Amino acid sequence: MITELGHFALILAFLVAIVQMVVPLIGAQKRWHSWMAVAEPAAGAQFALTAVAFGALMWAFVVSDFSLRLVWLNSHSAKPMLYKISGTWGNHEGSMLLWVLIVTLFGAMAAWFGSGLPPTLRARVLAVQSAIAVAFFAFIIFTSNPFLRLDTPPFDGQDLNPLLQDPGLAFHPPFLYLGYVGLSMAFSFAVAALIEGRVDAAWGRWVRPWTLAAWVFLTIGIALGSWWAYYELGWGGFWFWDPVENASFMPWLLAAALLHSAIVVEKRESLKSWTILLAILAFGFSLIGTFIVRSGLLTSVHAFANDPERGVWILMIMAFFMGGALVLFTLRAGSMEAKGVFGLVSRESALVVNNLLLAVSCFVVFVGTMWPLVAEMFFDRKLSVGPPFFNAAFTPFMVLLGLVLPIGSVMPWKRARILRAAWPLRYVFVLAVAVGGLAYAMQTGRGLIGPIGLFLGAWLVMGVVVELIQRTGRGPDRLGRLTRLPRADWGKAVAHAGLGVTMAGIAGLTAWTMDDIRVAQIDQPWSVGNYELTLNSVEEVRGPNYVATMGVLTLSKNGREIAQLRPEKRFYPVAQMPTTEAAIDYDLKRDVYVVIGDQQNNGGWTIRTYIKPMTNWIWIGSALMALGGLLSLSDRRFRVGAGAAARRKEDDIAPVAAE
Amino acid sequence: MKRLALILLLLATPLMAVQPDEMLDDPVLENRARELSKGLRCLVCQNESIDESHASLARDLRILVRDRLVEGDTDEEAVAFIVARYGEFVLLNPTVSGANWLLWGAGPLMLLLASGVGMIYLRGRSKATAPGEEPLSDQERARLDDILRQ
Repeated sequence: MITELGHFALILAFLVAIVQMVVPLIGAQKRWHSWMAVAEPAAGAQFALTAVAFGALMWAFVVSDFSLRLVWLNSHSAKPMLYKISGTWGNHEGSMLLWVLIVTLFGAMAAWFGSGLPPTLRARVLAVQSAIAVAFFAFIIFTSNPFLRLDTPPFDGQDLNPLLQDPGLAFHPPFLYLGYVGLSMAFSFAVAALIEGRVDAAWGRWVRPWTLAAWVFLTIGIALGSWWAYYELGWGGFWFWDPVENASFMPWLLAAALLHSAIVVEKRESLKSWTILLAILAFGFSLIGTFIVRSGLLTSVHAFANDPERGVWILMIMAFFMGGALVLFTLRAGSMEAKGVFGLVSRESALVVNNLLLAVSCFVVFVGTMWPLVAEMFFDRKLSVGPPFFNAAFTPFMVLLGLVLPIGSVMPWKRARILRAAWPLRYVFVLAVAVGGLAYAMQTGRGLIGPIGLFLGAWLVMGVVVELIQRTGRGPDRLGRLTRLPRADWGKAVAHAGLGVTMAGIAGLTAWTMDDIRVAQIDQPWSVGNYELTLNSVEEVRGPNYVATMGVLTLSKNGREIAQLRPEKRFYPVAQMPTTEAAIDYDLKRDVYVVIGDQQNNGGWTIRTYIKPMTNWIWIGSALMALGGLLSLSDRRFRVGAGAAARRKEDDIAPVAAE
Repeated sequence: MKRLALILLLLATPLMAVQPDEMLDDPVLENRARELSKGLRCLVCQNESIDESHASLARDLRILVRDRLVEGDTDEEAVAFIVARYGEFVLLNPTVSGANWLLWGAGPLMLLLASGVGMIYLRGRSKATAPGEEPLSDQERARLDDILRQ
């Protein structure tokens, strides 16, 4: 019964979305207020109905209703409750429902918080957002309906892929979708502004929080996924340049570019058409990501069981939205006149450089991801483009970005002298070079990745410190002024420092990982780097829905025991799948990562040990970036900007923002 | 006994990438083999190098690479040997040849193009005058200088 209610709610939501797509758009064109006013309650209703549908599906998973085909395929009664719940979106149909739920959630939020928007713009934004929802509702109902029943319900389910039964991964998709779909809001604003034919500073201010939120969610989602890959897949890699990973990374890069260029629109009324284009492309890359995952066009470790029909649907959705938006863009972009004037050397130019580097690096990832397809279709070559290519072709852009970031971020608006702006940074630059040089001198190899990474990390973090000190000005009470800085400034500082920490972590891990593979006998110690390991025993253990072989190891350094490590080799009988559970001793300096393999003929066990320096810096840096975004999001400017009256008042107080 | 060992070996589901029994005794050769393996794709997997893969085909390839190195092949010869048998698809790092120039050149070319367009835009912005904002007349400028000098 609950299932049927959910199914019914889904279809109702689809119908409401159609109304919300058409009526407010006509209303905005004709200036009929009653028609425009339809959008707000419709957005709320759409969200409520979709939430009911999603809740019904989740309920079916929670009570293990195997009469539902989807639940039977992806769940099992013995599965822990957390994974029953996360199983709701651990499959194609359910994840599409989550996707559309988030589309409607953002639509509803725009309706609730958008009371300060001009009525026509608001009606159009909600109509465009609803058009996206319509496309995906149709996709779900006609090709991937999660509510289909089985004639004879089986006794038990087929279990969720054991690799996905993990707390890190349980929350990876929701965050990623919040990010992907959050960009739909920027897209809707861009298209609405094109229809409206008007982009001004206020538009930049409205778009930025949505982009910022999407970027924060994407950051968290990507970091969770990468962390999961690190501890779950069993060889300690954190990023594989897999098509699906790239699919989430490209929107992240463009969202980062977009939230910087929107600053220029907001503060200086320039870069308007570029910002609109970025908003369209960022969501476009989200759709490309969905397409790559669902169509099976590119082979990937992540792809769901995919079928071509669904791929064609998503391709059509993508062609419609991208094609439509880009046509609209070419028709209207010319009418967007830039107002701000600025010199070649200025904060504006620095932000343009940021955008160039981010957009071009996104382009490199895109070309690399699609190249196997292009080469096969046009040049008759079946080839692979793997991590070595991306590491070589992508990394230089990030190095450049890290190099110019601290200088760009202290550059004054409008007109600047590069030397004068960068002068306060001279000491930290020398210090950062020294850090890199020290790393070079201390390492055993001659690689440059590690030293460059540490240099960039030090440069970015110390650059942020100098910038913050500068912001306090001169004279007494500098500490007080520091604490009173707007949250947006703190957000910027924290996020930039986070980027530095992540860069250093990635470089350190890539450059200085040590590994050791051996057959270990019980109670015979061996050493890896400065550490000593002993395999004490190997036990058979039983989990809720798996059996495991668990090694018990002692990790010690200079004869002092540091930790007990318990790597497992699990077997999930229902899914007939083995997995490895690495044992990791986490530390800020390094992780010790141990994996147990098979027993050998001589009674010993295969043990892989890795010493992975600075790994946790990657996630700490990601967390800082997300935190920076959240701080910025909580800035007074965005909160106050909600009401039209409040905004007008603020503009009077702060004429700088309206220049 | 040897036969039994072989059967046991085949029955065991290999859960780890490189196995201790594959490894070469010479650490220099082993290191080279590991580096080469990282650049070779496991053909039956999805985007994994043979160094990371648990598949038995990847194991065969790893052993093949090591055999070639023991035979005295250089790194290039060993890779060429694998490519001759399994095709270009096995290379995770695409070669810079033929149409692949487009792949490798895409980034730098795009950066060049984008920098050009960006430069033109920035020059335009720095020369433009904001609407409703006239440049200072000579008189105004002289007066401004006076004020600033005080």
